[in-house]
Amino acid sequence: MILLNEDAVRRGAVWSILLVAAAMSADGVLHAALAQNPFGGPRAVPDQQVGGVIGWILAKQSEFYRAMSSTIRAAKNDGSAVWTLLGISFAYGIFHAAGPGHGKAVISSYLVANEETARRGIVLSFASALAQALVAVVIVGVGAWLLNVTAKTMCGAERIIEIASYGLIAAFGARLVWLKGGGFFRALSSSRASGPQLAMAHDHHGDGHGHHHDHHHGAGHHHHHHDYCDHCGHSHGPEPDELAGPGGWKRGLAAVAAVGIRPCSGAILVLVFALAQGLFWAGVAATFVMGLGTAITVAAIATLAVSAKGVARRLAAGRDGGGALVMRGVEFAAAGLVLLLGAGLLLGYVSAERVTCF
Amino acid sequence: MHRLYGLLLIVVSLVVGATTASAHPHVWVKAASELIYAPDGTVTGVRHTWTFDDMFSTYALQGIETKTKGVYTREELAPLAQTNVESLKEFGFFSFAKADGKKQKFVEPTDYYLEYKDAALVLHFVLPFKTPFKSRQMQLEVFDPSYFVDFQLQDKDPIKLANAPAGCAMTIERPSDGSAAAKKLGEDNFLDGSNDNFGAMFANKVTVNCP
Repeated sequence: MILLNEDAVRRGAVWSILLVAAAMSADGVLHAALAQNPFGGPRAVPDQQVGGVIGWILAKQSEFYRAMSSTIRAAKNDGSAVWTLLGISFAYGIFHAAGPGHGKAVISSYLVANEETARRGIVLSFASALAQALVAVVIVGVGAWLLNVTAKTMCGAERIIEIASYGLIAAFGARLVWLKGGGFFRALSSSRASGPQLAMAHDHHGDGHGHHHDHHHGAGHHHHHHDYCDHCGHSHGPEPDELAGPGGWKRGLAAVAAVGIRPCSGAILVLVFALAQGLFWAGVAATFVMGLGTAITVAAIATLAVSAKGVARRLAAGRDGGGALVMRGVEFAAAGLVLLLGAGLLLGYVSAERVTCF
Repeated sequence: MHRLYGLLLIVVSLVVGATTASAHPHVWVKAASELIYAPDGTVTGVRHTWTFDDMFSTYALQGIETKTKGVYTREELAPLAQTNVESLKEFGFFSFAKADGKKQKFVEPTDYYLEYKDAALVLHFVLPFKTPFKSRQMQLEVFDPSYFVDFQLQDKDPIKLANAPAGCAMTIERPSDGSAAAKKLGEDNFLDGSNDNFGAMFANKVTVNCP
């Protein structure tokens, strides 16, 4: 009876995650396919023709963004307009983060590659969004306000920071690939060498005690429940506290640094505009509220990625020994994705919202 | 096992999908353009007049020294105009021309300057064709493929034909605003396979037919 219920709950969770994930990725995938030039033309087509969810998000964020300049102007005479500005900024942040950049892909892939919890994913998302806001404020505060440099100089600085960020993402990805590659190939060889039952026990042990140490646990460390049962993965899943071991936060810091140093071009424009209107503080407030909105979207996507992996783990746990291999494979693939993203961004193959100076 | 593979596929597409999701503009331009014809009827170039939005204009003017506060002369804006045309080169000046279906190349802009009017920067420049041409049909499109810049043709007389031969007629196609375009171009458009004049649906496009 209990088993049956658990199964129903599990199935429900799978379906809800699949639905949300499918909705979110359908547009992106469609767009990716479109960018491959289906019409034989030499250039990609503008994004505004992408329909559905993303088309709507696009229209919304353009609307909010455009409303910002008029609201800042209004705030010069009417202080209460600042509240409107903050409201718009918050909404803009939420919608804007659904677009490229802001480290969604990097943070989500990092979380999937590692045995990270959703809770930590949320914290990382907020930390990187806060860092992005801070960097934007520092660039404009120091560049425009203190030194009164030109837009060209500021944009140049933005570009350098952007390149540094992409380089860091690539380096971070390379390190992940190195770490996860080891785990994957060990799982591959152990699943071939030892029986399926043993490999499964290994997997569970790894889950509970950190991914780095899979190989340290030999056959002697048998899981005390290594008999076949449908709910193994379920009842022996890692607890959040187990995962957030000592030094755990430091690991995430690298992800935050790589993603967080790159400010959003929109925030820079808003800040410079606010400064010119004599309302720099309103621009700063708007930037941080925008960051809050961004963090919520990024955290939601990161949580989704972590949950999806959790479901995958449960499904994989029911398999004959393939579970460990599949999970290590997922982690290895996620690590590879971070590396690919970093390299792609650096070389210009993946066009994020690049800094356009002119 | 199918369920598992399906899930893995979705995890990957979720992450990739989040990455490839669309950008949105940070700069808005109201564009007006003039096609320049030589006395013999060849098209020699395009004269663009681009008016930037409030926010970007303010951003671009950051740090520019002026004699009178809030007043920017053409001379004071000259270095910025220089930067603009130099940077625009990287993006192909966001201008795409075809003569009888054949792509036409532009060379370095001439006669470029900026003016500051009604709290907005207006960039003027002439984009000469590498090889002036005569054609029965020519097309000019103005847009940013990456959509960082949103181009809209200005409402009144966005395109002019300067000294065009008699009998030339033009048609102008504008993109609708983002939401309408998104509605019009739903997923179905990608699936039904008839995408021949797909580009016509969103770019600022002018077509000139001459006898």
